[in-house]
Amino acid sequence: MLKGLQVLDCTDRLGWLAGRLLADLGAEVAKIEAPHAEVHSPEWRALNVNKQLVRLDLSRHSGQFELDRLAAGADILLATFRPGTPEAALFDHGRLSALNARLIVVAISPFGLSGPKASWLASDLELMAASGAMSLAGEPEGTPLRISAPQSYSWAGAQAALGALTALAARARTGRGQRVDVSAQAATIVALAHAPTFVDIAGTTPLRSGAFVTGRSMHGARYRVFWPCRDGFVNFILYGGVAGTRSLAQLVSWMRECGAPLGALTQLDSSSWDPTLATQAEVDALESPIAAFFSTVTKREFLEQAHRREMLGYPVNTVADIAADPQLAARGFWQDVTGADDRIERHCGCFAIIDGERPPLVVGSAPRAASPEETQST
Amino acid sequence: MSASPNALAGVRIVEFGGYAAGPHIGKMLANFGATVVHVESRARPDGFRMQYPPYKDGHPGVNSGGCFAYFNDSKLGVTLDLKNPQGRALARRLSLWSEVVIENMRPGVIERLGLAFDALKADNPALIMLSSCNMGQTGPRADTPGFGSQLTALAGICGLTGERGGLPTVLYGPYIDFIASTLGAVAVLAALERRRRTGTGARIDISQYEAGLMFLAGPLLEYELSGRIAECSGNDDPHAMPHGAYRCAAGGWIALSCWSSEEFAALAAAIGQPQWQSDACYAALSGRSNAAGVIDAAICAWTSEREASSAAAILQRAGVHAYPVNTMADLFIDPQLVARGQWQRRHHAVIGDQAYCAPAFQLSDTPGEVTAAAPLLGADNDKVFRDCLGLSESDCAALREAGAFG
Repeated sequence: MLKGLQVLDCTDRLGWLAGRLLADLGAEVAKIEAPHAEVHSPEWRALNVNKQLVRLDLSRHSGQFELDRLAAGADILLATFRPGTPEAALFDHGRLSALNARLIVVAISPFGLSGPKASWLASDLELMAASGAMSLAGEPEGTPLRISAPQSYSWAGAQAALGALTALAARARTGRGQRVDVSAQAATIVALAHAPTFVDIAGTTPLRSGAFVTGRSMHGARYRVFWPCRDGFVNFILYGGVAGTRSLAQLVSWMRECGAPLGALTQLDSSSWDPTLATQAEVDALESPIAAFFSTVTKREFLEQAHRREMLGYPVNTVADIAADPQLAARGFWQDVTGADDRIERHCGCFAIIDGERPPLVVGSAPRAASPEETQST
Repeated sequence: MSASPNALAGVRIVEFGGYAAGPHIGKMLANFGATVVHVESRARPDGFRMQYPPYKDGHPGVNSGGCFAYFNDSKLGVTLDLKNPQGRALARRLSLWSEVVIENMRPGVIERLGLAFDALKADNPALIMLSSCNMGQTGPRADTPGFGSQLTALAGICGLTGERGGLPTVLYGPYIDFIASTLGAVAVLAALERRRRTGTGARIDISQYEAGLMFLAGPLLEYELSGRIAECSGNDDPHAMPHGAYRCAAGGWIALSCWSSEEFAALAAAIGQPQWQSDACYAALSGRSNAAGVIDAAICAWTSEREASSAAAILQRAGVHAYPVNTMADLFIDPQLVARGQWQRRHHAVIGDQAYCAPAFQLSDTPGEVTAAAPLLGADNDKVFRDCLGLSESDCAALREAGAFG
């Protein structure tokens, strides 16, 4: 869909996903890396596949000159930098727009380009803290946690892609590019769902609750989310609403078919049960037989039964489980491209199916252009 | 006349569905000027209206829910009874009026409502339709219903959150829905770009599951290449030490990390452990990891005597990565977020003033903003059906009489 769109990707880890998303939708993305920058880690390859590698030394005049030459012909420039650094001058929108008034400059930074902490240092950990996400993950009395695989960089990259295309829509009318100032801190706030509204409307502050969910019951009852099963964990919650009560009824019938003890579930009228009105004692009595039952089933059995019975709930997958999921294979999610040593690598494909087809990855993750000279001819 | 201040002015979007995954797409685009019509019915309002607190004064009601409001600011709200033939006919007219239809119902439902892409395309050839559901529109489990809070587990993210060897950890709300909505909005804008260039529409099929996996692309490729299965590791990181959250005075926490021996030396000086700077054992990451207990204890001793905000300021001045672990309440007073106008208060007729979330990026020439509080249920029926679709007062009265508006 973005055929012909020229993107210069000068980002570090904070912004890699932005160019990947644009490339997957058809843009031609040149990934700028310093001459000796590492480009072989799984992380680099996964997020820079489908881009053309271009080696440029931006600390030298020749590299900066080449950057300007490429920027003069580009539609979008993606860059990660903090204000007050040499990169900020290099990627300054005012400077670049003098070379190309149509250029959209997307500046991705930890906290945005303005504000009292704009120049603060942050990695994923500090961004997950600054966005509030860590305050919501972990045991109630324990340490606030980040997600072990960095997420804030992806939130920033995804919002950067959105910002780039929003500016592109504006350019279609005005003919001019503009600066897109992406704050990774703000981008990660999107991950919090509506948690901030509790402060605003109810005067309460949601906090982390371990393997349980709170905030659903008027009486403050907490509901178990993660349950040990035979080979790992499953996710199941006593929900209300049409789908939630159907799930509970289906679970009870599955347990009954297996001859599992039902305990308090025997008396439950699942069609009228309302989780917003339940007390903790009621919830505990209902969850006890469910916990005993789940400890006897495998993740695969749970997934199959949940699907067959239209029960809400999923196993807690590992990357190995995901890699073997037939649903993803059936939809052609995985895409093979040529990687280092001409080896075939299986990557996540484009995130969407467009007009019935998943847009293919067209550029492998193996470095192609080794020097600026080679690049200049492309 | 100079250029419009809104990047997406003139873009017309209709949403069928509810909760987060569909409506959050419209919210993000509405904040940049798109006209977004959120369709509900009185019999079945958006599930976020009644199923999720908080409510104004603790009283659940279709118009008192902060959760619904938070994801539907800057939109128009209409009601249609999609079980009523005339309601369905109006839904179709709205879809023909729009450039973009966004729906996040279970696969097959939109077709049963007579709003299948192919059926609409015949009369709106450049239509863009985005469908978002758990598994995508195809595949052996396409019909799986589900909520994002649980799908986040299937997509591997919950299993990567927690202490080593412990239980998986809940991520607040339907985490993965917002990945799907953000990527979905990217796809819609890409389709609009193609439409401007070629005049063609697009059918966009978003599997929320697949969208979520883009945020684990690295660990998934690593498994593919080496067989390594990523596991949760508390707050540890293989490339930094220290790297964690530490208790501060007044109940706060601070997150901090050191990514080089120079940064560690700066930390050592800042927290009164200058002897670490000359200790060869601490120069390399491996040495610091071996001494994690000693280092963490010294950091804790220092942070526990300081409030998180002042500790973070001291460490940042020294050149060390650090930030207070913001709670939800802290987000409203965080100086950086305040300075950048992250929260925009708008007046809602039932809720009163509510803080809405501003876009995560600022455009220098066509800035985004929260243009209005979320609509009451059916608040904009007249405006949309009369002004947008051109129905007369008598048409509206007849349709109302027939029950089309739900």
